Amino acid sequence: MPDPARINHHLTESLLLAYATGELPEAFSIAVAAHLSLCDECRARSMTFDVLGGALLETHAEVLSDGALAATLARVRSEGPAPTPRTPVPADVLPAPVRGYVGGGLDAVRWRPLGGGVKQAILYRDEHATARLLSIAAGAAVPDHGHAGTEITLVLAGAFSDGIGRFGPGDVELADEDVDHQPVADPGGDCICLAATDARLRFHSFVPRLAGQIFGI
Amino acid sequence: MAFDTSPGLAYRGPVPPALLAGRARTHGHNNVNETSDDRPLWADEMRALSERRDESAFAALFAHFAPRVKAYLMRSGSAPDLAEEVAQDVMATLWRKAHLFDPAKASVNTWVYTIARNRRIDILRKRARPEPDDLPWGHEAEADQADALALQQESERLAAALTRLPEKQRVLVERAYYGDLSHREIADETGLPLGTIKSRIRLGLERLRHHMS
Repeated sequence: MPDPARINHHLTESLLLAYATGELPEAFSIAVAAHLSLCDECRARSMTFDVLGGALLETHAEVLSDGALAATLARVRSEGPAPTPRTPVPADVLPAPVRGYVGGGLDAVRWRPLGGGVKQAILYRDEHATARLLSIAAGAAVPDHGHAGTEITLVLAGAFSDGIGRFGPGDVELADEDVDHQPVADPGGDCICLAATDARLRFHSFVPRLAGQIFGI
Repeated sequence: MAFDTSPGLAYRGPVPPALLAGRARTHGHNNVNETSDDRPLWADEMRALSERRDESAFAALFAHFAPRVKAYLMRSGSAPDLAEEVAQDVMATLWRKAHLFDPAKASVNTWVYTIARNRRIDILRKRARPEPDDLPWGHEAEADQADALALQQESERLAAALTRLPEKQRVLVERAYYGDLSHREIADETGLPLGTIKSRIRLGLERLRHHMS
């Protein structure tokens, strides 16, 4: 995994709070869970919001029906303990929550070329948002695009730069409708990212726009 | 941001402190709202449940947490019948996973909150909630006990700070947790002193990484 101390770009409080309260679309939760697997600082901030949830839980109570305890005990009394989760699988470029959606490690990803040295694999899509893996060949650029909504991009391997900054392993870039950017992968090696978007990207030139229609990006 | 308070969301006020303090402690203790004790709250019951499937420990945990989980679900928009069913489900999960509970990682109410939240997302939101990589906690028994107690104390300070928050702000925090704000509406600041707890958890994570490397 990337060195947590070298992560420079983090999640916002509002994203972490939305994750802790269960309000994030699933595609964004994948990106947040993946970053939390790599970044202790954000993980601690995220766990802090769970502590606040526990404190809030204490503040209100509703009476249960008579026999609720007996009914619950009757259900579980004969059951043994839940199995202990398996020890984490050996390190892969893909953190566990991403592997869950891929159905394996980086080798199991079924890439589809987008042209220009860029490949993608859709991990999850619903009516709210889409999560995808992007592979950008060393030195290649993702077509210049703006956003109709929010985009979270998490670097899993390699690095990219755009007008906003340089993003290496573990870093997240957050972009909203005000941001037009053109990420370019560092020349050192392919850049693998996880991107979650809550609306279709808008590309600024005709051909990528067509590609956007065909590939659904 | 303007926040209206529609009738269904009217703040009903916290439960009386006497109810909050309701906990099963076998040894006598006057100041039940504080953990001046050497054991974090509910740790004995969790251990009895985990080691011996102790039904009276489960009954005590149930009496305290099931009504709170039910209230959390109802305030998140669930009908009373469903809230009751899910509250029983959450308590059944607590029974099954008691051996996975680690007091150095979270206090019991934090743990119960995360179970209830995940069930709420499953059932009410009908979606999954991917979790980060699981970390193998619990390396040093002594440090763990100190961590558990310190975390408990910080959690209690946070609960106290929550009650002191101006009403408008507290309602906003509650609305965020009860799923009543969209992720775009959630503010960057809760107005609560979360820094100390974060630093403590952060230290725990650092110690863990140190042990893993």
